[in-house]
Amino acid sequence: MTTHRDEHSALPRRNPRLEQQARNRLHPEHLTALMALGKGAVGPQERWLGPKGVMRRNPHVGHFIATNGRKRFDRSGRTGPAAAGAGNSAVAVKAIVLPLIEIESPAFLIAVVPDMTSGRISSHDRDVLGLARQIADADPAHQGAVLAVTFGTLRDGGDESDSAGLGAAGVDRWMHFSDTLHDGYAPLTQLAELEAIDGELSPRLWLLPESRTGGGERGRRLGARLLCKGDASVRPSGNVYQLDGDLAAVGRGECEQLSVTGRSGNGQQDLTRPLTRILLCEAECAEPVEDVRHAAMPLMLEDEERTAANDGSAVISSPLIEDLGPVAVDPSAIALGEAEFILSAGNGIRDWDGFHHAAQVLGATEGASRVAVDDGFMPRARQVGATGTWVTARVYVAVGISGAIQHLQGIQRCDKVVAINLDGGCDMVKRADLSVIGDAEAILASLCQQLEAARGPLSDADQVDALASGTASAASSVTSASLAANAA
Amino acid sequence: MNSVNQSAALGQSAALKVVSLVSLGQHPVSGRLRRAEQDARALELCLTLSRQQPEGQVSVSAWHASGEEIMTGSEQDVALRGYLGMGLEALTLVTPRALQDKAAERVVDVWPLLAARLREEAPQLVVCGGQSETGEGSGLLPHLLAESLGWPLVEGLVEIESCDGEHLTALQALPRGQRRRLRVRLPALVSVDSAAPAARQSAFGQARRGSLVRVETGDAAHDSVAEAFAITPARKRPKRLKRIKATNARDRFKAAAAKAEGGGGKRLEGVSAEEGAGEILKLLREEGVVR
Repeated sequence: MTTHRDEHSALPRRNPRLEQQARNRLHPEHLTALMALGKGAVGPQERWLGPKGVMRRNPHVGHFIATNGRKRFDRSGRTGPAAAGAGNSAVAVKAIVLPLIEIESPAFLIAVVPDMTSGRISSHDRDVLGLARQIADADPAHQGAVLAVTFGTLRDGGDESDSAGLGAAGVDRWMHFSDTLHDGYAPLTQLAELEAIDGELSPRLWLLPESRTGGGERGRRLGARLLCKGDASVRPSGNVYQLDGDLAAVGRGECEQLSVTGRSGNGQQDLTRPLTRILLCEAECAEPVEDVRHAAMPLMLEDEERTAANDGSAVISSPLIEDLGPVAVDPSAIALGEAEFILSAGNGIRDWDGFHHAAQVLGATEGASRVAVDDGFMPRARQVGATGTWVTARVYVAVGISGAIQHLQGIQRCDKVVAINLDGGCDMVKRADLSVIGDAEAILASLCQQLEAARGPLSDADQVDALASGTASAASSVTSASLAANAA
Repeated sequence: MNSVNQSAALGQSAALKVVSLVSLGQHPVSGRLRRAEQDARALELCLTLSRQQPEGQVSVSAWHASGEEIMTGSEQDVALRGYLGMGLEALTLVTPRALQDKAAERVVDVWPLLAARLREEAPQLVVCGGQSETGEGSGLLPHLLAESLGWPLVEGLVEIESCDGEHLTALQALPRGQRRRLRVRLPALVSVDSAAPAARQSAFGQARRGSLVRVETGDAAHDSVAEAFAITPARKRPKRLKRIKATNARDRFKAAAAKAEGGGGKRLEGVSAEEGAGEILKLLREEGVVR
């Protein structure tokens, strides 16, 4: 009998009376019952998640007494479960740290060579990394890792632990070649590195962005090199935008079960083929990684002989293709649609000579609003907006442009917009990241003056630097006539 | 073969042999065969180079590799004659010894033929387009040729500045209209960018007068991988939707009602012109567009 009683005492017993008291907020014993059940240590709960996933609120707590003496709730979202304890909601929101995922011993590797145009990870790179992530995570039994191979100087794009922002884009292993040689055009050296990685780590797939900024070329070079060595499975698939089939098959090593679709024949046809080891992926081929961050652990190739052999090949390859550096291009010869920095004029400009001078001093491509073109001050080819050119500039300076909706449509894809205008209430000022309300002519003249003053004593030193480093930034410029002919 | 020998005879042994590889193009809307856009630009680059140099210094020839016979008056014939109309006497057709029957659905791999022919002729410079407009259009051919011949390959050229017998100095296209100068050791392969000078118009009379000269090289190799390809008309790709990750109604409403742009900009009012200009200059320097 005693054993029976012991078993009974070990069973969790419910006290329906206490539970009823805890549920009934108006019961005189309510708080005591909550305490007894271990729920309400600090008082009644303010919010809780209801059975259907809706957030419920207790109207008896979390309110304040307004100036009219009545009970009021703050519905602005400034206070809430996250902010309630912290007091400062803005800080609390920013302090959210994405969960870190570390993959210790991956079953296989997916190698990605992001473009890292001007040292930063691009949206195209993120999409390709997102696709690599999908393949690596498809089969939990065979967890894969994403290896990123980057070249050249990188700029800051993340926090201290993840300086290039690669971990947040879904990279587990990171191999970086920081030689400044890679900032220029060094396809043969990069090919040697990629080939060595392929030989040593043998990643299951190579994913590269299909872009003009390096990805497509690297993938094709690697594919041709491996094909000529006799590996028929590496023939690259170009312009890939879709993978069909069970992605988990890659983890199991049954790559032939998947098929891959890409554009071919001048973009007029879709070509479907069995999965190949090198994929050149188009933009938006997959969703980029969000909500988690990966470790991006640095990785080095251990083979000493490889580095020695590589040094040898670098010596041989350098005379084959020699990078003589960037060429100064006449900004007025760059097509408006692809210009990086545009100085645009509108109806507010009276001193056109001053405007052209400012564009020349700043080294900006000239643009214009419809009014300036209609009045005959600028050619039609320079018109920005819905009826003119849709520009993609990184920096767009609008001088004396009030901002018609057609014009604002044309500059939708610009990163930073600067407005100089007399009217502080115009639409362009609302759109701008920096707006200066004042006389455009005086501001442009002052801009030129300050820039010339800053450049004056430095110009000689700059030239010496350029000569010493061997970059031909001061080299002869491309004639505007030849580029204009190209655009035609 | 004839064209190459004739032009080589003009310039004696010192002539720079330039070969332009041309392919069949396809009009993006009508689908009719025509000269390929980039290949025509490549040939234009070669013709410009030969015009810059003294007479007889540069011999330009255009090659087209094909596994099938091209009948006179056929669509392929008319398309290839588009290149002849740019001012060529002859166009070389590089073919295998046994021509492919039209009925046989085999794909002939043309790059081994071209590699063998290039090894035989040993030109100093080979110029081609980046990607073919018909067939797979993988853009792999120049890479395979460069690998098998051991020559350097440079992609995306827009202008050849100078070319002596040893080195080639040329401009390469970069994004956003920028250019880079490269020096390449000859013999080399180069492919052109779409930003290269547009091809000249094709003259009808010249196209009719020119001849297609067949040169037999090696045996046909079949591309069994390409025979497994399924090719369909291009399907329109869906646009990516904006993902709203809000978990509650308030955030969803905010995301839906928010203006697409505007707000949050810095605004300077009632400042002197110098102050305003200084602030703009600071932003331009931060963005790196002004040094």
